[in-house]
Amino acid sequence: MTVRDVAVEAYKEALPALAASLVGGLIAGVVLGGMRAELRAVPGLLVLVPALLATRGNVYGSLGARIATALHQGLIEPRVTGGDERLRAAATAALANGVLTSTFAAVVAFFLLTFLGSRVAPLPILVGVAIVAGLLSGIVLTVVVVSVVFAGYRRGRNPDTIVGPVVTTTGDVFGILFLLIAVRTVLAVAGVF
Amino acid sequence: MPTEWTVRAITRAMLPVLLVLTLVELGSGLVLGSFEAQLLRYPSLLVLVPVTIGTAGNLGSVLAARLSTSFHLGTLSFSPRDDELAGNAVATVALAVTVFPVIGAGAWVATLLVSGDTSLALQKVVLIALSSGISLAVLAVAVTFSATYVAYRFGLDPDDVVIPVVTNVCDVLGVVVLFGVAQVLV
Repeated sequence: MTVRDVAVEAYKEALPALAASLVGGLIAGVVLGGMRAELRAVPGLLVLVPALLATRGNVYGSLGARIATALHQGLIEPRVTGGDERLRAAATAALANGVLTSTFAAVVAFFLLTFLGSRVAPLPILVGVAIVAGLLSGIVLTVVVVSVVFAGYRRGRNPDTIVGPVVTTTGDVFGILFLLIAVRTVLAVAGVF
Repeated sequence: MPTEWTVRAITRAMLPVLLVLTLVELGSGLVLGSFEAQLLRYPSLLVLVPVTIGTAGNLGSVLAARLSTSFHLGTLSFSPRDDELAGNAVATVALAVTVFPVIGAGAWVATLLVSGDTSLALQKVVLIALSSGISLAVLAVAVTFSATYVAYRFGLDPDDVVIPVVTNVCDVLGVVVLFGVAQVLV
């Protein structure tokens, strides 16, 4: 293939997914703008936002890419049977790594901001938010990534081109949405005690 | 060469990378925090943040996933004259030029609808988005090629390493580039 052929193919494959993810990104931006009360109530949360959103993209992007490559190589079938050990292991690893990394981000952010002398919420609040948000968004994203990649592959789409945008879009929207839910839940629970 | 599909093997390959990238992202969070006042003064800039970062990450991750599969299938060579590399680079810049003006207009309209704010003109927001987008596309290509090459040299599976590195570097660059452009144009 010539440079032009490769470029045209890559462009055509990526454009629809990028356009869809653009809508998701704008929605995430609007939700973030509406979260100002929570951001004020939990100092340090804004500093955590890029790390938490990126963790979703990283963990579930890698899960998607792993599944896409395995489909290309014929290692797995594009069907959710529940019995596929490889698929189950990959999903479990993604969820565990996602929650661990979110917790790590909360702990480091707390000590970093304390060290810098900035205002920061109590450690249990930040860690609680990170764990609840990590679990909820992780479960939803695993289901979304596996279903979309399989469905796309069965319809003859290249899973490589689908994975990135699907994960970034759903990762941003669900990431911010579950972050909002997690903050409200943790603040409500903390208020009881 | 590809990682074995067990929880332990996947975690061993991924977790160290994830923890390092988290530290990088926290740096990006601190940068974001330091510009909070400007973001709150111009709400359309605030709406632009996630979508700019996300689209930059997308451009990089689509490119990385394509290169990773070519690499696994053995059709990729790391030569400047490789058609696969050049074609993907051209497509990445062309995609940025197509979507970033739409992002700018979308952020402006969303801000207008949600908060009725027009503190920045439509043309200005579109110009900020387009300038950031072109810079980010060029940076995304450079970062993706370098990361794929390094993974290849160190015998790592690009699926585990390249996509996370590219997406996170694009996130941080997204914050830095957007504000660099905003300082010049706002």
